[in-house]
Amino acid sequence: MSNDILTVENLKKHFVIGYTGLIHREPITVKAVDGVSFSIREGETFGLVGESGSGKSTVAYITVGMYRPTSGTIYLRGEDLFAQGDERPLRFKKEIQIVYQDPGSSLNPRRTIKDILDLPLRIHQPHKNRTLEILRLLNEVELPPDYMHKYPRQLSGGEKQIIAIARALASDPSLIVLDEPTSALDVSVQGKVINLLIRLQQELNLSYLFITHDLSLMRNVATRVAIMYLGKICEVADAAEFFQNPQHPYTQMLLSSIPVLSEEEEKLKPSKIHSIGEIPSPVNVPPGCSFHQRCPYVMDVCKVVDPVMVETGPGHTVRCHLFEQPPAPAAVPETSSTVEAAT
Amino acid sequence: MAQQTAEWTGFNITEQELRRMRWQTRRENLGRSWYKFSRNPLSVVGGATVLIIILAAIFAPYITPYPDHATRPFTDFANASQPPSLEHWFGTDEIGRDIFSRTVFGFRFSLTMGVVVLSMVVPVGVILGLIAGYFQGSRIDTIIMRITDIFLAVPPLILALAIASVLEPNLFNSMVAVSLMWWPWYTRLVYGQATALRNEFFVSSAEVTGASTAHILFREILPNTLSPIFTKISLDMGWVIIIGASLSFVGLGVQPPKPGLGTMVASGAKYLPDQWWISLFPALAIVVLVLGFNLLGDGLRDLFAAEEI
Repeated sequence: MSNDILTVENLKKHFVIGYTGLIHREPITVKAVDGVSFSIREGETFGLVGESGSGKSTVAYITVGMYRPTSGTIYLRGEDLFAQGDERPLRFKKEIQIVYQDPGSSLNPRRTIKDILDLPLRIHQPHKNRTLEILRLLNEVELPPDYMHKYPRQLSGGEKQIIAIARALASDPSLIVLDEPTSALDVSVQGKVINLLIRLQQELNLSYLFITHDLSLMRNVATRVAIMYLGKICEVADAAEFFQNPQHPYTQMLLSSIPVLSEEEEKLKPSKIHSIGEIPSPVNVPPGCSFHQRCPYVMDVCKVVDPVMVETGPGHTVRCHLFEQPPAPAAVPETSSTVEAAT
Repeated sequence: MAQQTAEWTGFNITEQELRRMRWQTRRENLGRSWYKFSRNPLSVVGGATVLIIILAAIFAPYITPYPDHATRPFTDFANASQPPSLEHWFGTDEIGRDIFSRTVFGFRFSLTMGVVVLSMVVPVGVILGLIAGYFQGSRIDTIIMRITDIFLAVPPLILALAIASVLEPNLFNSMVAVSLMWWPWYTRLVYGQATALRNEFFVSSAEVTGASTAHILFREILPNTLSPIFTKISLDMGWVIIIGASLSFVGLGVQPPKPGLGTMVASGAKYLPDQWWISLFPALAIVVLVLGFNLLGDGLRDLFAAEEI
């Protein structure tokens, strides 16, 4: 797999949030990320989708080095990012940058745009003329040069996010983690930011790890999509395949709940599955398949045994008992009220 | 850099133009800050009071009618205890010295006390607070904050009295005494700010890019704590001046014949109420000075609060 830029292997991150008991103290852990594996190819946009609390941001933060994983590891072009203990080498920091969700919090309100863009340049490109380099970055993201001396509060939300993107570009990275880069922005600005990201990717041959809960956005930008539920990946597929032939019941549930305008669009969606319940607390993950409480196709085995990833097509893997031994058992809904017979 | 900015940046602008842009933005920011500050007339009055007193203290030898009365031992029993007149605006004291001149010189001691104490206290307190706050939960945090708690538990005036009475009573020792008691307030203030700021994404962003700890403490976190620090400095100037005057009043600060404001109030106290001017004018001077700093502090707080929006 020589063209993989990032390989995530069985990544786990358990946060200790407290202790039970007074004498026999057992740690209470949140399994934010619990055995996630995927790989990102050079130049692609890998979409990571999930509800709030599914652990997708934690994956992002581990990737850029804000947290160390509990176990598992991440390889950047075959090199272990966590091989050298706590301090990640500078050359890895240069290669992987991040754009956070809220540009209001990710830009220091007391530093000018010039100061903000100067930091990654000073660390990673010390030999260059930084004033010129800052001008080049501003031009790259289509902002006027006099923004250099402005403070973030003088910019609009979209412009702030564009500055955050420019800061990520400053170290000349090959992978940018986009942690819901548009969800804090107005719809009118979202399109502008997305177009900028797509153009930059083509011009600079960047790879994106694009994290979002917005499936319709994924359809437009991602080359491959992975869906996360309670710290685990349920399904990975190429974007086209993912939206045309979703296999995991959770994926089907999410896709069928995208609001659409016309009848024709409605027909493109998988059969309507009512979304039942909410994502359980990651402190108290259900046994067996973590999705079984909300799954319309739940079987007895689901309540006991956690399914493993199986390949159902080229590049399409699903973690569900329905697909474990071919031929897959007929999907029998447990309660007819949860599934609408649309076909 | 070349006169013409290199074309590969995509912009074709000269260095002068860049500089002009910087000045323009600075001027705009400054103008906006002044507008916010000046909307509260009291803070302008406070600022003006402080400015006038500072200038008067600096140029005291040139603007006071009798600088000799304050700078060297002087007696003129013929003119002792004169009430305020055109010749002696604030009257004269029990040995014939001009109280107006001595009051203006007295500002020098009060301001020196405030400036020296705060310039010792603020850097120490702020740096300790930054370190403890950024490394919240670590051992260094525990050590710094417990020491801070111990110092905070002692009333500053009492300890300053104790230290000043053990050491030789003079201005320098009283400044050391007050400084020892004052830094924990800054540590506490900055600690609270830093623990909140360390979780902001701009700090994470600097960390994951590879910025040094010094950069994060002083360039990312510190600028965001400056507004409460400056507000507190302005309010504390008033407090330190009062404590300095209190120490002088009980004889542990500025020693006669030097014209400390507190010393002057104390020396006139035994002639009250008949020769009221000996104590009253130095006391009023303290009130005006402290009030000026407090109003200025309020104005700064408004200014910084408005800036957040």
